[in-house]
Amino acid sequence: MCANCGCQGEKATILDLQTGATTSIAGAHHDHTHDHPSHPHGHEHGPNDASDHHHHDYRHGDHAPHHHKGIDVVDVEARILKKNDELAAKNRAWFAGREILALNLVSSPGAGKTTLLERTIGDLAGTLPLFVIEGDQATANDGERIRRAGAAAVQVNTGTGCHLDADMVTRALAALKPPPGAVVMIENVGNLVCPALFDLGERAKVVIFPVTDGEDKPLKYPHIFAAAATVLFSKIDLLPHIDFSLAEAISNVRKVNPYAKMLQVSPRSGQGMADWCDWLRAELAAARQSAFA
Amino acid sequence: MHELSITCSIVETVTEAARGRKVHRVVVEIGELSGVMTDSIAFWFPEVARGTEVEAADLEIRQVPAVARCEVCGIEFPTPSMLTACPCGSYRFKRFKGEELNVKSIELEGVL
Repeated sequence: MCANCGCQGEKATILDLQTGATTSIAGAHHDHTHDHPSHPHGHEHGPNDASDHHHHDYRHGDHAPHHHKGIDVVDVEARILKKNDELAAKNRAWFAGREILALNLVSSPGAGKTTLLERTIGDLAGTLPLFVIEGDQATANDGERIRRAGAAAVQVNTGTGCHLDADMVTRALAALKPPPGAVVMIENVGNLVCPALFDLGERAKVVIFPVTDGEDKPLKYPHIFAAAATVLFSKIDLLPHIDFSLAEAISNVRKVNPYAKMLQVSPRSGQGMADWCDWLRAELAAARQSAFA
Repeated sequence: MHELSITCSIVETVTEAARGRKVHRVVVEIGELSGVMTDSIAFWFPEVARGTEVEAADLEIRQVPAVARCEVCGIEFPTPSMLTACPCGSYRFKRFKGEELNVKSIELEGVL
């Protein structure tokens, strides 16, 4: 357990809203550490000590083993996010093997991600099965909303964590069990900063950009907009009543991501929902094709 | 905020590579546009390392300047910010340096 730092994942829990079963994810990052610093580790070396790493051995031990201990330099050359990226690759293969479309929905809190999902579940009812992983620091409120809207949902509560990671998604999938050909919507924790760095195994990130935000959101949070395949302007039914310039917002998105697909929706009025659903069907078809490419 | 979990990953990676030996120094490479604040990593590092073999280690952070190649005019140019455009005015480019997040090397207590 990560008692020292209370870091990501320590208090994460997963609630299966179909069964009510809750499981918690213990912080994993200290699993490999030794909690006994006074232990004489110096005597543990053996044939495996050279490991698979390349050692530049600065010590003089071979010539004068009793002089001093010296220092060993080990070229680690490892990506810091290696563990997460490996788990994300596993999730991606899991989705591909089942021809599932997985999307990572990101936005600031209150952008309307859950409302968009509720409406999408209704609009696609009977044609496309939607499965939802809900990420929030606390409460099962959003997961329950998704259930009421008619889709299976698993709620991940990250506790202190500010984003979902690939391990949480793996565990949520084990509870959610989406069938082949499904669409899995992963609603990330409302946050435009941290989710940009953590691959979950999704086919694409979709940024929800409500027109009640400033036009300069892409300039203020460029990493997440640069990482997104699609930017979905939401709450567009409010455009006549507010000073938001869609043209300026689009131009700002282009500055950090010239390739992003942009769509406009209002889950409340239904405007643009047909385009969004068409895009989902096209992405699902593309996901199926690429599974065998 | 994600710097805390990034720091946890650094300590985890180092602990595995150290295989129980005491770590004196950790060298990490962080791209200037990786989305990670180096000050925050330095702040969290001693907290996260406490009680592990990494506890007494110095942390060296090497920042990597970001460089991109323009897909319109083909030149290489520095991109100190996410909003930097190519001198030709294009925003279509591939950033090939500056997004690194790597543990480069560690220094371990030698064995007899």
